[in-house]
Amino acid sequence: MEGNILQYEFIVKGLLGAVFASITAGLVGTYIVSRRMVFLSGGITHASFGGIGIGYFLGINPVLGAAIFGILSALGVEYLSVRQKIREDSAIGILWAFGMATGIIFIYLTPGYAPNLMGYLFGSILTVTYADIIALGIMSVLLTFYFAAFYRTILYISYDETFARTYSSYVDTFKYITTSLVALTIVLNIRMAGVVLVLSLLTIPPNIAMILTRVYSKIIILSILAGFIGTAAGYIISYFLGVPVGATIIFTLVILWVMVKLLNYLMRYFKRPDTNNQSPITSHQ
Amino acid sequence: MAYLIEIKSLSASYENNVVLQNIDFKVNENDFIGVIGPNGGGKTTLLKVILGLIRPSAGSIVFNSDLISANTIGYLPQISTGDNNYPVTVTDVILSGMMIRKKIITRMSASDKKRAAEVIDELGLAAMAHSSLNELSGGQLQRVFLGRAIIGNPVLLLLDEPGNFVDSTFENDFYEKLKDLNKRMAILMVSHDIGMISSHVKSYACVNRNLRYHPSSEISNEQLLAYGCPIQLITHGEVPHTVLRSHSLDGR
Repeated sequence: MEGNILQYEFIVKGLLGAVFASITAGLVGTYIVSRRMVFLSGGITHASFGGIGIGYFLGINPVLGAAIFGILSALGVEYLSVRQKIREDSAIGILWAFGMATGIIFIYLTPGYAPNLMGYLFGSILTVTYADIIALGIMSVLLTFYFAAFYRTILYISYDETFARTYSSYVDTFKYITTSLVALTIVLNIRMAGVVLVLSLLTIPPNIAMILTRVYSKIIILSILAGFIGTAAGYIISYFLGVPVGATIIFTLVILWVMVKLLNYLMRYFKRPDTNNQSPITSHQ
Repeated sequence: MAYLIEIKSLSASYENNVVLQNIDFKVNENDFIGVIGPNGGGKTTLLKVILGLIRPSAGSIVFNSDLISANTIGYLPQISTGDNNYPVTVTDVILSGMMIRKKIITRMSASDKKRAAEVIDELGLAAMAHSSLNELSGGQLQRVFLGRAIIGNPVLLLLDEPGNFVDSTFENDFYEKLKDLNKRMAILMVSHDIGMISSHVKSYACVNRNLRYHPSSEISNEQLLAYGCPIQLITHGEVPHTVLRSHSLDGR
């Protein structure tokens, strides 16, 4: 009986987690991959680990600590790059290590029971609470509305910021809002995949999608789909093999990426003699 | 004729390097002004100041608010300012020019998309309408950016060296197109190709830190002096030419 309840909880959390993780990661991942912000996102992820450590030390919710740290560091880097006062990659590199160092120091300073460090570094479905799932659910709704309402604005600012500045005065405002949402999405997904692996959860699905299409809206939809296949399959495999979920998800996503790449190559290879084909998904030859 | 913008004692600089100093300049409706001058003379900076991309260090730009605002100018940059590997199609890039007529929350209507298809046809890009930018040649890319600049029917069109990528087959069409556009919008065109533009523009602005305006399309000796070097040949067509520095400047 107790086994059944645990099993039920695992399935519900796993399924809802997979749905919300793939929606948030698909939307935000498409944005960061196409805007070449992957390294910045890595910096935000690792900076937020500092917030987790301080959260433990002060006895507040570590996710809250991570969210504050993540958003502040994201806004800081974006602000400095707008001002063009620093070399962005160096600043991110420093932030990256500083966040990890802060996190480790404060976790070791926290008296008593040492928290489950592995869970935060590599993700663990066992530590995911219903509150985490609900937070991810709210984030999914928020991001969906945001990207639907401002689709063109976001697309055009991230494609050509200079040109966008010629017709609008809200470019910086949009960059700050979107970057904050990126940071928040990363932090909420840390519970699923862990600090070390969460970036791949965001970046692999859009890269799978971009093999098949170059249309932004289609990349978002295909990313969400690829993310869901990867996370759901990752859960199931991890359940039967008894290995950590985060690592299994990333492993599954990479396998999916290789398979799509290979299939796409084979399809092109065999379609080549037919010059008159206009495949509906591949918008380019 | 009503003025569109009036630039009053304007200066602009990068760090401590003054690029434009105390400029007075007016653009009127239906103007077609060729902006000429040497490299580093401030031609591009002048366009960027008008667009609001660079803040003037002194002076002001007054927009005739009945006709134009700072956010409703068409702009063709000298070099691609966006990421050419970005996942965006030719149609989407051209549609982004409609943003000068839009609010923040934006849906592109069916008529916007129809207009984009027309512009794409006019510019001979129909076969590439759904291609991404990294599949285009330099000249095709330039035409995409021209499409983006004109789709919103701006009152003022700023072109920064549009001739750079225009090949000879497209060149005549291109200037014919500009002549046609000039019937409904003022054009300010930066160019090095004085010979080519002289038969198209109505007037000149010589920019070399300061600005001198010449209301006729004839090139005077004074205009050529803005280059700071002797110019031997002004020609139509594709005569190859080299501009050499005068010997006295060689320091020997």
